[in-house]
Amino acid sequence: MALYFFTPFIAIILTILGGGIIFYILGFNPIEALKFYFITPISNLYGLSELLLKATPLCLIAIGLSFCFKSNNWNIGAEGQLTFGAIVGGGVALLFYNQEGFYILPLVIIAGAIGGMIFALIPAILKTYFNTNEILVSLMLVYVSKLLLDYLVVGPWSNPEGFNFPETRQFSDSSRMPLLFEGLRIHAGIFLALAAVMLSWFVLYKTYLGFQIKVSGLSLKTAKYAGFKGKTMILVVFMISGACAGLAGVGEITGPIGQLHRMISPDYGFTAIIVAFLGRLNPFGIIFASLVVALTYLGAETAQIFLQIPKYTGQVFQGMILFFLLASDYLLFFKVKILSLKKNEFRH
Amino acid sequence: MSLDISFIGILIGSIMASSVPLILAASGELITERSGVLNLGVEGMMIIGAISGFALMVITDNLFIAVVGSMLSGVIISIIFGFLTQSLLTNHVATGLALTIFGIGLSAMLGKNFVGIPGKEFPILFSSLRESIPFFGPILFGHSIVLYFAFALPFLTNYFLKKTKLGLVVRAVGDSPVSASNQGINVILVRYCCILYGGAMCGLAGAYLSLIYTPQWIENMTAGRGWIALALVVFATWSPIKVLIGALIFGGITILQLHMQAIGFRIPVQFLSALPYLMTIIVLVVISRDSRKIKLNTPTSLGRIFYKEK
Repeated sequence: MALYFFTPFIAIILTILGGGIIFYILGFNPIEALKFYFITPISNLYGLSELLLKATPLCLIAIGLSFCFKSNNWNIGAEGQLTFGAIVGGGVALLFYNQEGFYILPLVIIAGAIGGMIFALIPAILKTYFNTNEILVSLMLVYVSKLLLDYLVVGPWSNPEGFNFPETRQFSDSSRMPLLFEGLRIHAGIFLALAAVMLSWFVLYKTYLGFQIKVSGLSLKTAKYAGFKGKTMILVVFMISGACAGLAGVGEITGPIGQLHRMISPDYGFTAIIVAFLGRLNPFGIIFASLVVALTYLGAETAQIFLQIPKYTGQVFQGMILFFLLASDYLLFFKVKILSLKKNEFRH
Repeated sequence: MSLDISFIGILIGSIMASSVPLILAASGELITERSGVLNLGVEGMMIIGAISGFALMVITDNLFIAVVGSMLSGVIISIIFGFLTQSLLTNHVATGLALTIFGIGLSAMLGKNFVGIPGKEFPILFSSLRESIPFFGPILFGHSIVLYFAFALPFLTNYFLKKTKLGLVVRAVGDSPVSASNQGINVILVRYCCILYGGAMCGLAGAYLSLIYTPQWIENMTAGRGWIALALVVFATWSPIKVLIGALIFGGITILQLHMQAIGFRIPVQFLSALPYLMTIIVLVVISRDSRKIKLNTPTSLGRIFYKEK
């Protein structure tokens, strides 16, 4: 068990070493490049605020995904649920674009969560009633939602005074997340993420639903034998996951962005899958993992400015983290294998 | 706009050209999936193929080396996936996603110095026949050799899977790795080969984009085609010939969009772009409801980890 929570650290160290090697090959001083990447961005208050700003959506989505992954439901379309949540929440915010009122922001947030939830229900319903593969459906829906957003911001929802830029009106101040500190972008959305962490810990470890989720993840046969309602559980975990992704989307548009446009998320929905794995599907592990992965985003931006490397390098680091993490799981598998696997058996 | 017969010929020709990367990547992924391995890294392998093909073309000034090199780079990057999923028994879905994320990042890193360099003209075959025969000329002639290969590939793949012993081995490994293993087949080796083959085809698909279709390097230039190719394999219910048909439909939608934009048609282009994804979901629902239909071609052990105790 100790090894289970230790291997993520091995993966992070190996990723940093791997990154150093890549920087060396590209002709940079690896120590200096890594310093620009991992230390410079968080060496001041503004940087720390940016780190938390980027960790917030990652943490929220990964918390939701942990419910799905723990119960063996492969929702990999969180990016789509984020986008659809942002569309629904953004739609509500646009309804109130010229109004002020304390009730607007809660409405926008709830609308976003419901939007994400509805969008996640599509693969869940198709899985439960038509036996359709949820991996492929949730993935396909990512592109459908992004195209829908694209259609809305260039078409019916585009800003009438916006000179045909692909963006909506600015939301009114009442639809914006309150900022925590003057001059920093960190906003109240972080409390949503922390609440999600606490709630998920409670549900997963202290309730019957959490028990069902864990048992179903370990062995579907056992879950059936125990008489758990498998279909309801699938719907519930997808709804939780979608709501979290929707909240993340709404947090972005009401937080740093303040309107809808094409690029509301730098693939947070996909990267959160890495966060969920790196955090070992554990609520507190996910907090830590979201900070680490948020740093790869931030580092990539800093490296782009100081070293003129494309900011896509963040994805090289993210990919490597997951590669090394999965690889180091082999150590664990060997321990488990002796106990659980007979000759020539499969492992999911 | 005149809708005369020669225009339709040119239109069909351009639909064929736009479907080539889909056919190549989907045919490769089809073999991988028929052996029971789900590789979600198609997009990543394609973009690596695209940059390495283009970079080799610029460096060596030799298109043959560029094309072969792009396939090789697809193989190399798929080795990562093969090693993790087959030797270290990692989860296929997570590993494939990591491969795509990694590939997109790495390609942008490698391609930094190749942005804005003009491409080289790729030789086309039978260009004189293209002009002289109306309608059929632009359809049948004046294409690159990669296009002809792509259109032959689904038939070759079909023949390989249905008529050859090796094809039978691949299908056996995908349908029942335990029985195949008991028959003395090296399941892991077969799956490795299928993964590497898939990598080569995805690499070639990427090179088609950066060397022939739009001969230049642009960051993220595969633009989701890898995911469409992945959808295509399911859309085709794992049958190579249907991959060809599906690729033409999906490619046709892409071309249709461009023309509709040009003539100012009122259907939003985004709805057309979403069609391949929606159609795939519908096909998935239909085949999943009827278990007999899906059993015909679906590799039963798709995405499951096979482990053989030594």
